[in-house]
Amino acid sequence: MNATGQIPDSSNSARPALDNDRIRGDFPILHQSINGCPLAYLDNAASSQRPRQVLDAIQHYYCHDHSNVHRGVHTLSHRATEAYEGAREKVRKFINARSVTEIVFTRGTTDAINLVADSLGRDFSADDEILISHMEHHSNIVPWQLLCEKTGAQLKVAPINRQGELLLDDCLALMSDKTRLVAIAHVSNALGTINPVERLIPAARDRNIPVLVDGAQAIPHQAIDVQALDCDFYAFSSHKMCGPTGIGVLYGKQQWLERMPPYQGGGDMILSVSFEQTLYNELPYRFEAGTPNIAGAIGLGAAIDYLDTIGMASIAAYEADLLTYATSAISELPGIRLIGTAAEKAGVISFNVDDIHPHDLGTVLDHQGVAIRTGHHCAMPVMEFFGIPGTARASLAFYNNRQDIDQLVEGLKLAIRMFQ
Amino acid sequence: MTEIQDSQQELIEEFQFFDNWIDRYQYIIDMGRQLPEFPEDQKTEDNRLRGCQSQVWFTSRRNNGQLEFQAVSDSAIVSGLIAVLMRVYSGRTPQDILNTPPDFITAIGLDQHLSPTRSNGLNSMIQAIQAAARACL
Repeated sequence: MNATGQIPDSSNSARPALDNDRIRGDFPILHQSINGCPLAYLDNAASSQRPRQVLDAIQHYYCHDHSNVHRGVHTLSHRATEAYEGAREKVRKFINARSVTEIVFTRGTTDAINLVADSLGRDFSADDEILISHMEHHSNIVPWQLLCEKTGAQLKVAPINRQGELLLDDCLALMSDKTRLVAIAHVSNALGTINPVERLIPAARDRNIPVLVDGAQAIPHQAIDVQALDCDFYAFSSHKMCGPTGIGVLYGKQQWLERMPPYQGGGDMILSVSFEQTLYNELPYRFEAGTPNIAGAIGLGAAIDYLDTIGMASIAAYEADLLTYATSAISELPGIRLIGTAAEKAGVISFNVDDIHPHDLGTVLDHQGVAIRTGHHCAMPVMEFFGIPGTARASLAFYNNRQDIDQLVEGLKLAIRMFQ
Repeated sequence: MTEIQDSQQELIEEFQFFDNWIDRYQYIIDMGRQLPEFPEDQKTEDNRLRGCQSQVWFTSRRNNGQLEFQAVSDSAIVSGLIAVLMRVYSGRTPQDILNTPPDFITAIGLDQHLSPTRSNGLNSMIQAIQAAARACL
């Protein structure tokens, strides 16, 4: 209760702002100079940074608990297994999956999508179609192209408009009896567009088409509830949500995972092996061949704990405010063309400045301590759609603040002067 | 000193005037703007250099025992780097080119100020120049 005796309403706009100063204190990497300037790290869509809590968890695991999982009778193996499986439970809770059997640890989003393409796609044929959108990251294009090459299936591409928004009606019109899977980004890495997956998924459900959501760019920015979404698969990477690299998650509905053949063979994914017959392990271990990335999973678990402490709703609100501030400040600069102006956006501002090459912008910004991404962002069809070779992309995290944006804007002003 | 050594020394002296990165880059950008126009019909896939983050087109031709290079980029900074390389290497004999390692790049402070991916672009240009020279011998 506050001083007036009223219980503060945490849902209204008077909600205390996220404590950015304290949060920044948790991230050692942010406190350094780059080329003599304070670092303004605005390349979070490529990879986020890790708080001390995640680094400590990994260090603690290796110093005290490491052994192989699922097989030893000794104490360390038990501890490692408990920590690894504990991380799986944290992931389950974080995305509200029904069961830990639906949480498969992978190397990342790309690996998760390849798993589905290889396993679910194994019985696809020349009569089948896979539907994606024009704004996909290459990792949600190429695995399907490989599958199409192997099986003769056809890849269908749902169009987008000049704002970088999915044309939902056209997308729905592309779904047919032939469609075996819809694979779509929740948030576009190149444009920041939030796709209307909550409208797309029920429409696919009506036609009995499973939906895979590439959540790599959504998971760091908003609360994800896979049961509420009712998606069949949800793929994401740890390193974009303050966890370690080399680990990610494939959420798959049990009914799908149960009928999917193993992706890779090896230890840990079997019940018994003989030269005549091998029996596969139960879910989710059937899809985790070999010694897993144990420390990675534990680090991801620590990242989830960290994000939970702040709260995804607070993060989403804070970032939305910062995105508005950044978009407005950048838009005021002369010669700016924003690429991706969807009504619903998260975390990303892609832009070009007159005919200054994005790499030139990136180089001049780097000299001023500002880290952004330049290029095609592994989404070359998006660049082709807008008729540009690439963009400069500033992407946000909850540890960024308005000073970072101001530093970016000042950096851009200098770049504009230099290339005039 | 040979002409090729003179041209390096000149560059090093020119760049000594600059005590900050902004002026240095400004000078490079200006040099790039003065590159001779690259014929549009030469901007072919065959003439495009790999290993550059920006697009770089590069051609070479022999003229009275000397190699002449022409190149351009859609990036202003890379075009400037091209201009720097052209000053040193274009219009020289293949042997002179091969005898001249690109040490001046360090001396004019471009290596430390260019990002690794930029350096890759620079490296692929240097490699293309040296490959053209080797092909003449």
